[in-house]
This record gives sequence, C-alpha cells and structure tokens, in this order.
Amino acid sequence: MTAYALHPQVGLRDEQFGALAYHYGNRRLTFLNDERLVGVVRTIGEYDDAEVALDAAGVPASARPTYLAALARLQQSEVLVARD
Amino acid sequence: MRVTDRLARGLDAPICLTWELTYGCNLACVHCLSSSGRRDPRELTTAELFAVVDELAAMQVFYVNIGGGEPTLRPDFWELLDYCVANKVGVKFSTNGSRITQATAARIAATDYVDVQISIDGADAATNDAVRGDGSFATATAAMERLAVAGMRGFKVSVVVTRENADQLDDFVALASRYDAQLRLTRLRPSGRGADVWDRLHPSAEQQQRLYSWLIDRPDVLTGDSFFHLSALGEPLPGLNLCGAGRVVCLIDPIGDVYACPFVLHEQFKAGSVRDEGGFAAVWRTSELFTSLREPDSPGACASCGSYDACRGGCMAAKFFTGLPLDGPDPECVHGYGEAALLQASPRPLVGAGHSRPVLVALTRRP
Repeated sequence: MTAYALHPQVGLRDEQFGALAYHYGNRRLTFLNDERLVGVVRTIGEYDDAEVALDAAGVPASARPTYLAALARLQQSEVLVARD
Repeated sequence: MRVTDRLARGLDAPICLTWELTYGCNLACVHCLSSSGRRDPRELTTAELFAVVDELAAMQVFYVNIGGGEPTLRPDFWELLDYCVANKVGVKFSTNGSRITQATAARIAATDYVDVQISIDGADAATNDAVRGDGSFATATAAMERLAVAGMRGFKVSVVVTRENADQLDDFVALASRYDAQLRLTRLRPSGRGADVWDRLHPSAEQQQRLYSWLIDRPDVLTGDSFFHLSALGEPLPGLNLCGAGRVVCLIDPIGDVYACPFVLHEQFKAGSVRDEGGFAAVWRTSELFTSLREPDSPGACASCGSYDACRGGCMAAKFFTGLPLDGPDPECVHGYGEAALLQASPRPLVGAGHSRPVLVALTRRP
C-alpha cells in the first residue's frame, strides 16, 4: 500500500491542458497533461492508499497501472512525497 | 495537442517572468541587454512594486527572475524580496555580487523561495573583466565564497557564452562546483549594448557545434532554454525548445513597461505598462502584441528546411536586432542560412544609448 502527499514546496496551477507543478526547492517545472491525473494529485494527501485515491477520482481499473506509474514518476521528480 | 503547441498558444499567466528593477548599475558590461547604467527617475515606487507582486500572486506566477541593472542597488530590494516570499512568489535574482555581504548571503540561504545567480563572463579575471569591467571577477567570486560559507547550496553561476569564453566551459563547471553552485549558460544576444559587440563576441559556428555536443553530454547545466536554435544539430537539447516570448514569459522593465522578453527592449515589442488600467494582467491577457505572438508561427523562409521543427527559426530578438526578418533564419542558424541572410539584411534597428547615460525627463514647472 502506497500513500502519497503533494510535496509541501510544490505549487500546482490549473491549465487548459491539465496543470503545471512547480517545485520551489529544486526549481523544476513538471507538466501534468491529464485532467484526471491532476484531480488525483490534488486530493492524494487525503487517502492512505493511492489506489483508493484513484478509485475516488474515477480512474477505471484498466488504467490503474498507468496512473500508478505516473504517480511513481511524480514521486521521483519530487512533486509527490511518499507517506508512511 | 502536444504541450509545446499549447504553450505556443500562450497561457493565462506566465510561468515566470523577468523583472528588471532598475536601470542603475555599478558596472557597465559591454553586452548589457538593457543598456543599463543610470537609474531612471520614472522607476516604479515601492508601493507600485508591491502591487505588481500582488497581481503576480493572484495569477499564480510561480517565480520572478529579478534583474536590472543591478537590482540590489534599489534601497527597497530586500524588502521586496521578503514581500515576494510572503506572497509565495518565488524569486531568483541576478547580481554582479557587489552587494552580497555575509549578512545578505545568510538571508538568501535561509529561504527556499529565494535563489541567486552571480554573473561572470570569463573563467578567469582577464577574460571576465574585459567584458564586465576591472575587478568584477574578484567581486563576483568573493560573493560566491560568502554564499558558500552561508550554506547556500546550488546557487547559480551565470555565464553569457561568447567567442572569448566558449572554450572555458569545463573551467566554468569547475569554478561553480568549488562553491557548490550550478552552472547556467545563456546565449549572447545582439540586444541593448550587446548590439555593439555582437559581431565580434558571438561564438563562431565551430564553437556553437562544440557547445551543442557539450550541452548534450551535460543535462545538469542550466540554459534557460537559451540555445534551442542549436537543437537543429541533432537530438533536441533539454527544455521546451520554444520561444516563450509573450506566451509563457515576458519582461517588466524598471518603469513598469511590459515587453515580450528580456531581449527585446524596443518599442516594437512593448505590450503595455503595469501602470495602465487593468495592470499587468490586462497587458498579459489582452495586449495586441502578445495576442499576435500567440498565433501560429509562419516558418517563412525556413519552410523548406528540414530542421524547422527542431529550432522553430530560432530567437526573435537575435533576428530583429541583426536586421533579419522575423520569419526567416536565426543569425546563428547552425546550417549557415543566417550568415547568408545577414549579407543582405535590412539596416539594424537603432537602439540608442538607453540608460548608459543619464536619463533626461521633461520637468514641468509649477504655475
């Protein structure tokens, strides 16, 4: 079970294509090109399990691996942090 | 639609912008983009600066690149920095280092929302001082030392690549790492006083090729997307590879005028002023100039070149100030089309002395 939170130093800004995430610490800009993923990222801190967060955002089971991989990538780029 | 195409159509707010706080400077670098030297009596007041920050915060502009002139010469500079941070507008400011004391270095190191870049243009005093003035290398490296001592990690050492320093790239990396800093390279533009020195200082074609290979091997060297014209040499350089002028970035000058980018301080690229009704947001969202910059590019004379998708015709400012049409090749086009075009370019636009000399304003006499 993996739980994430938005990195405290990341700002999210909605855009027509999804959202921009800017990390004030490492100064990297990340593009979120999928509105559903943006919804997941915005609410992910409220769930103790990333898969529950995906369900709540209406991600179909078939797309779950893709979204979980996207979340893992966002953790690598420090947009998200893992929680215990 | 690809993200870069979306960005090319412009965003509701800039991702970041350059904000030049003053034309005043204690140096007189030969390539100064803004022809800085003397303060302008019409500079924005402290209250006006704060009002701009309020607007940027409301628009969720992530950060501002503060420069000048030498921005730290403004007495309210540190106050403005604090105000930006308090409003969650990140700051990166460029300085020649002359006002970085041990105390200010500690102040910068204390917050993640402030980053600093120290400008040098040579990896040794002789190369640097020829461009930036006597003693400026010693001043800059002393500031780097203070930042390192204060525990500021990963600040930027910012270098404009010229014919004279293009062969010192590895030395710059070594210098930056001595202070636990990161190297940032940017392109020499024929803008401001740069117009006077561009012919003799812009890197040779051979140096550009070497620079491209060097950058491909070092994705950790920052460039601010400066060299996207080099992407026509092969695989694209890291970054958006897109001219962001008026689309995702812009410039606010010391008197509040808004230009498409930091390299086009010219009437033709002025979109409006933060002092206009509607403020910065109205200029960004509705100005005629920015609206036109967000329309699809015409490849013009570059249409038949197979590299157009990679370089997008290069830098608007570089073309404009060398007298080349905006829908043609960049003067430093890696396929040599720019050099050929320069042979029959229009006369270069007049840029004048800018703020290199005192600014005269008409005085109105009280009745």
